[in-house]
Amino acid sequence: MEQTKTGFMNIALAPKAKEGKAEKTAVKKRKKISTGDLIFRICNGLFMLIFVIVTLYPVLNTLAVSLNDGTDALRGGIYLWPRMFTWKNYTTVLQKDNLITGATVTVARTIIGTVLALVTNAILAFIVSRKDFIFSKQLSLFWVITMYVNGGLIPTFLLYKSLGLTNSFAVYVIPGMISAFNMLVIRTYMKGIPDSLEESAQLDGAGYTTIFLKIISPLCKPVYATVALFVAVGQWNSWFDAMLYNRMSGDLTTLQYELMKLLSSVTNQSSSAEAMKNSNGSVTPTSVRAAATIVTMLPIICIYPFLQKYFVTGLTLGGVKE
Amino acid sequence: MKKKSFTMVDVRHQRVLLIWAAAIVVYGVIFYYLPLAGWLMAFQDFKPVTGIFHSKFIGLDKFIRLFSDATFLRVIRNTLAMGVINLAVTFFMAILFAILLNEVASKGGKKVVQTISYLPHFLSWIIVTGILHDALSGTGIINQVLVNLNVIDQPINFFAHEQYFWPIVAFANVWKETGWNAIIYLAAITAIDPSLYEAASIDGAGRWQKIKNVTLPGIKPTIMILLLMNVGNVLNAGFEIQYLLGNGLVVNVSQTIDIYVLKWGISQGDYALGTAAGIFKSVVSIVLIVVCNHIAKKHGEERLF
Repeated sequence: MEQTKTGFMNIALAPKAKEGKAEKTAVKKRKKISTGDLIFRICNGLFMLIFVIVTLYPVLNTLAVSLNDGTDALRGGIYLWPRMFTWKNYTTVLQKDNLITGATVTVARTIIGTVLALVTNAILAFIVSRKDFIFSKQLSLFWVITMYVNGGLIPTFLLYKSLGLTNSFAVYVIPGMISAFNMLVIRTYMKGIPDSLEESAQLDGAGYTTIFLKIISPLCKPVYATVALFVAVGQWNSWFDAMLYNRMSGDLTTLQYELMKLLSSVTNQSSSAEAMKNSNGSVTPTSVRAAATIVTMLPIICIYPFLQKYFVTGLTLGGVKE
Repeated sequence: MKKKSFTMVDVRHQRVLLIWAAAIVVYGVIFYYLPLAGWLMAFQDFKPVTGIFHSKFIGLDKFIRLFSDATFLRVIRNTLAMGVINLAVTFFMAILFAILLNEVASKGGKKVVQTISYLPHFLSWIIVTGILHDALSGTGIINQVLVNLNVIDQPINFFAHEQYFWPIVAFANVWKETGWNAIIYLAAITAIDPSLYEAASIDGAGRWQKIKNVTLPGIKPTIMILLLMNVGNVLNAGFEIQYLLGNGLVVNVSQTIDIYVLKWGISQGDYALGTAAGIFKSVVSIVLIVVCNHIAKKHGEERLF
C-alpha cells in the first residue's frame, strides 16, 4: 500500500517540472502535419464532440422539460429548448412540503456530516502520520482492514437499530464519519510535510494539539478541501440510508429519497396521461420531476468546476477511485 | 511490536495522541468491527426476541438453503455478469478516453471536455436512472433516433425486456464514470517522460505507434493497480442502479446479491438468511482481493497491501 501511495504522489507532482518540455514538442509537431495526422485529429475531435453531446444532452434535455409546460411536454419533441416556457414546474416543486423538508435535511446533513468527517479523519490521519507515535502502525492497520472486511447490510442494520440510530438524524452523520480511504488520503499528504517543521515547533515547546492546529492543518488545506468535497458529494447524493433507517420519519427524509419517490410514481403511471392532466393544470409528474432533478443537481453543478484541482489531487493521492 | 521499547516518558509525552486514538478505536470497534459479530446469526436459528446470545445454533442450514435456492444461484450469476461486464467496459472506455483526450491539441478544448466529463460522476444514481428512464422511454430520444434511422419500426420498451438490462446498466456506468475514472490515467500520462515521445518521433513513429509503444507502456502500472482493485470489488458493483432500474419484468436478470440480501433480510425479516448471503459475498470478495494481490506480487507489479 505504502508503495502505491508514493508512486501516485510522484505522478501527481511530476508534470509541473516537465510542462515546459512538453510545450516545445507540441510546437515541433505543429510544423509538419501529415495526412494521417490530420485524419487522426479529425476523428479524435469527432469522438470528443460525440462524448460531450452524450454527456450533456440528457442534462440539458431535463432542463428544457423542466422549463416547459407539463401537458405540452407529453407530446414529446422537446430537445434542448422549451417549447412553451413556464416557471410553473419550479413553483410547484417549491411548494411541496416533503421536498422542502428533504432539502433542509439534505443541507443539514451535508454541512454537519462534512464537518464531522473532516475533523475526525484529520485527527486520525495526524495521529497515524506521527512517526514517533507508539501505535502508529497498528492504528493504520486497524483502519485499512475495514476497507476490505465489513459486516454487511443485515448486521449493520440490526446494530444501528439497537443503538437507537434508526429514525434519527444521527444515522446520516455518525456511522460513516471516519473512513479508511479519506484517512489514507490525508495521511499521505501529511507524510509529505517536512519533519523539520514539527521538530522546530516541539523545540519551542509546542504540544501535539498546537502542532496539529497551527502547523500541520494550515498546510493541509488542499487535501482537507479534497476530502470535504468527497464527503459532501456523498452526503448530498445519498438516499439509501433515508429509505432504510428513517422511512417512518417523514421529517427526516432527504432530497434524493423524495426524488426517488417522484421517479417511481412517474414510472408507475406513465401510461395514464389522463391522471397527469388532472394533477395540477399544466403540471405533470414528469415535468415536476424534471424541475426537482434540476434543483437537486444545481448546487453540485455550480460548485464542482471550481474544485477540479482538489479532486484530481485527492484521486492521485489516494490512488484509488471513488 | 512487543519488543519495541517505549517508556512511560513516551506515554506521558504522547498522551493527547493516545486519548484521541483510543476514542477513535472505540468508534471503529462499534461501527466497523461489531457488525462482524452479527455473522454468527447466519449459523443460528435467529429470532430477534432471543437475540444473538440466546438463539440456537443450527450449523450450515441457512447456507444449504441458500445454495439450493434457484433464485440465489441466478442472483450470483447476475452479480458476477454485471460486475464483469461493467468492469470491462468502464475500464476500456476510461483508458481510451484518457489517451484520446491527451492527444487533443488545443489546451482550452481539452480543459472544457475534461470538465464536462466529470459532471455525471457528481450526479446521484437517482438522477441518472431518472434520466435513463426519460431517454429510453417510448417517446425518448433513443427510440426517436432509432426509428428515424430506420433501425427499428416501433419504439422499444427497453425496460420490459431482459436482454436490454445488462447493456443498459453497463452504458449507465460508462456514462457516469468514464470522465472520472480517466483522471488517474491522465495524471499517469502527463508523468511520462516527454523525451520518450521525442525519441519515438525521431525514429519516425506515428501517432498510433507512439500511443502503442510509449503511452500504453507508460500507464501500464496504473492500469494494473486499478484493475486489481476493481476485480476485488466486482461483487460490490451491483446495488443502486439495479435496485432503481429493476422491475417485475426483468427481475430474473436484474437482481443482485445486495438486493437479495435487502429483500430477504429486511423486507421478509429473515435476518439469518440475509446475513448468510452477505457473508458469501464478503468471503468471495476477500478471496478475490487476496488472489489478485498474490498475482500482482508474482508478476512484480505494485501491490495493494
